[in-house]
Amino acid sequence: MNIAQNSFEKCIKCTICTVYCPVAKANPHYPGPKECGPDGARLRIKSLDYYDQALKLCTNCKRCETACPSNVNVGDIIAVARGKFEKKVINPKLMRDFILSRTDLFGTLSTPFAPVVNKITDSQIIKTVMHKTIGIDKHKALPKYSQGTFRNWFKKNAPDQEQYPRQISYFHGCYVNYNDPDLGKDLLKVLNAMNIGLKLLNKEKCCGVPLIANGFHDKARKNAHFNVKNMTEAVEKFNTPILSTSSTCSFTLKQEYPHVLDVDNSQVVDKIEYITSFLLREFMNGNAPKLKEINKTIVYHTPCHLERSGLAIFTIELLRAVPGLKVIVLDSECCGLAGTYGFKKENYDVSMKIGKHLFETIKNSDADYAITDCETCKWQIEENTNLKTIHPINLIAQGLTA
Amino acid sequence: MGHISRYETEVLIIGGGATGTSIMRDCALRGIKCMLLDKNDIASGTTGRNHGLLHSGARYAVTDSESAHECIQENKILKKIASHCVDKTDGLFITLPEDDLSFQSTFIHACSSVGIDTQKLTPEEALKLEPNVNPSLLGAVKVPDGTLDPFRLCASNVLDAKKYGAQIFTYSVVQSFIRAGERIIGASCLNVRTNEKFEIFAHEVINAAGIWGKNICQYADLDVQMFPAKGSLLVLEHRINELVINRCRKPADADILVPGDSISLIGTTSEEIDYSEIDSLRVTDQEVNILIAEGAKLAPILEKTRILRAYAGVRPLVDVSGGNGRNISRGIVLLDHAQRDGLTGLTSILGGKLMTCRLMAEMTTDVVAKKLGNNSPCTTHLQPLPGSVETADKQPQKKTALTSKAAAYRHGEKAVQLFDQSAKGKSIVCECEMVSVGEIEYAIKKLDVTNLVDLRRRTRLGMGSCQGELCTYRASGLFCEYGQCSGHDSSKLLIHFLEERWKGIKPVLFDDALREAEFTYWIYEGLFGAADVTLLGTAQNDEKKEYYEI
Repeated sequence: MNIAQNSFEKCIKCTICTVYCPVAKANPHYPGPKECGPDGARLRIKSLDYYDQALKLCTNCKRCETACPSNVNVGDIIAVARGKFEKKVINPKLMRDFILSRTDLFGTLSTPFAPVVNKITDSQIIKTVMHKTIGIDKHKALPKYSQGTFRNWFKKNAPDQEQYPRQISYFHGCYVNYNDPDLGKDLLKVLNAMNIGLKLLNKEKCCGVPLIANGFHDKARKNAHFNVKNMTEAVEKFNTPILSTSSTCSFTLKQEYPHVLDVDNSQVVDKIEYITSFLLREFMNGNAPKLKEINKTIVYHTPCHLERSGLAIFTIELLRAVPGLKVIVLDSECCGLAGTYGFKKENYDVSMKIGKHLFETIKNSDADYAITDCETCKWQIEENTNLKTIHPINLIAQGLTA
Repeated sequence: MGHISRYETEVLIIGGGATGTSIMRDCALRGIKCMLLDKNDIASGTTGRNHGLLHSGARYAVTDSESAHECIQENKILKKIASHCVDKTDGLFITLPEDDLSFQSTFIHACSSVGIDTQKLTPEEALKLEPNVNPSLLGAVKVPDGTLDPFRLCASNVLDAKKYGAQIFTYSVVQSFIRAGERIIGASCLNVRTNEKFEIFAHEVINAAGIWGKNICQYADLDVQMFPAKGSLLVLEHRINELVINRCRKPADADILVPGDSISLIGTTSEEIDYSEIDSLRVTDQEVNILIAEGAKLAPILEKTRILRAYAGVRPLVDVSGGNGRNISRGIVLLDHAQRDGLTGLTSILGGKLMTCRLMAEMTTDVVAKKLGNNSPCTTHLQPLPGSVETADKQPQKKTALTSKAAAYRHGEKAVQLFDQSAKGKSIVCECEMVSVGEIEYAIKKLDVTNLVDLRRRTRLGMGSCQGELCTYRASGLFCEYGQCSGHDSSKLLIHFLEERWKGIKPVLFDDALREAEFTYWIYEGLFGAADVTLLGTAQNDEKKEYYEI
């Protein structure tokens, strides 16, 4: 039995979740996590008439769960209900949701022709057409694809990695594979500088978070089983930790699998770790790479899923360990993009409203970079502040002396 | 106290429970003028303090075939005329390893002989129908049990009766009967809320006061022996079972688990109490423990489920043998005091069950109508109650607010169309049970609501997980707007309601119920200083004074 099913009755209706919900604040049509989560769960047992289509307005940011003093998995309850009861209407928006959530499929199709695809999706005409037909907002730039995948690049480098005495397995995720192989390459450099070698899982698929967010739970569950199987193999064969550079991928692999998808990951869950908590521990144990001074100022933005994982402190401390770096920690708040949410025409305004305070704070800062752990936060911040936004690993790689 | 209002009617009914309100409706439909009196709100006595089980009769099939027969008849009728009060869940009679499986065939045989449909299920089939039933069951029998909302049933009876000219006086007690020789011709009454006295003159008086009927008889110097038996129940936070679950054995303690609306109920215990205790029922720790332990045998999940509150009711058992207590009836007892005691003008209808309220009303009204020379036949079994009417042409509506859906369950879709449809009307007051401002306005104006407790019985306000934590202050404010209450009066309503909720929470003050109660206390006492409202109320008699000025 998954946790969401029996946790709702611990809710004492304090409503703190709704106070902290970024969507409820920005969109009066969203009833908020309390009503959609624990209240709704109780009523939906009586009758499915009480399923409210407004649940699709939830961004799955999980800030409600971070806020809850009663340990209610509010966001999970909403996600589970959507997976079970959301009605799929066949229309152009369903096609859009399909495209946005099939990161694997479209990554595989697009990377060979990246320059062409990027040019097409960047064209104003195509943006207008997509806005009017399938409802991808015309203000949004779709993520750029890289030419060639990270996996392909890694094949050439794999033999070198064997020489290191310690090994980790890297769950690169779709973003590193199809959009930003440089982040994976930076990670490899950083780890190698710490005398650690990098392996990939035999195979991996999208962690499933965009599928969950778009209500395609069956497909997400298939991916989850596939990934758990591959992670189990890696653990059994090599007994390596499994690291991720995406705060959301690692959160999904660890928590959404059992809580939302009802997929048992108990045999690997303790091995999965978000990169900064692994690195900080290494640093503190004396295994920090040699870093030169980086005399820059950065603003750090905490992604929602990292906040929910309780790991923001690791990233912040890691950044503070970089010599010369001035770290300004921003208020922890949602950027509004929430993965695929903010790309949708109907959510665009709300998404911008949610992120407004963050954008203004960043614009008013004199930072050289924004730093965040999440790829979609990065897109949203860059698009709306024009400040280059990088991953903590990118920054540390900059500081490597060798 | 100079002026005393006087009313005249054909029939005066004492008692606004299921029986009394059913008689009110029956009279009204037959064209008999009637008035109903209750010392409290409608459905505030035994009617509102039981399982709310729509018996199929199966529970009585082996031990009391007459009751079983009555139940299955009324079961079929109520499903037709009161569909908004009924949830046709079906019920299971399960045999556990500690029970005798051979009882099952006795049970099935007894059910068939009174016309109750049964279906024998394997444990696997039972678990498929009801995943939360005890998986160690040896077998189960499915019967057409269901749930019956007694509050809705009474409110609908009254609403329908009023349409035909009947009148109701709640919070009004009989102080004495007005007699003309060996005939009762009316009653002197007192409204306990306003302290106003009034008199009702009637050709016939019907005593439908349930367990309190003994007192009413005493006003007429008649003696009826009643044996009150307390039955305690627990309310669970949410609906843990889809089907009613019974034990397939002779009736015993805590062996019925009923899914009622958004919650489930486990009950009951049974304890004989002294008649002097009927107005001060307490649920003991021991009863709570028995209910949880026995209930978990029906559905093991119960043990892990949060308990919202406990309550108790009194079974109105009547001794029909003449006072020595040897022949106590659980059945319907209709006493024509003209025949029995030589006192005309008074009829008592006692005993019975929630299930048989309509039948009891029919029997009583038949007797009284004959005395009044009214020959109209009973039609209560044919005419649907308001709210029950429109189920046939129910259209699935796409964008209905959750509050409207919830309200449609409670009042029927026609009533919901009357609600204030403005943004304010649609705003939510009770979040657990989805009660809107519009529904509250409707209840206050149309359903004889005078305080928050009455409002709870009409709408489920405050019956959900938070037990009034979030809705009480919102709803009490609405009494200023729709119920001609002053600010101070509505504050008193707030305290009254919280005290009433508190009474039921006290016996189960552990785990999450404790956390919830603590939080509620923190809001109302810590934040609002609610206890001062009553203090100020007693210290100051000047009603015009604004107490909230600093």
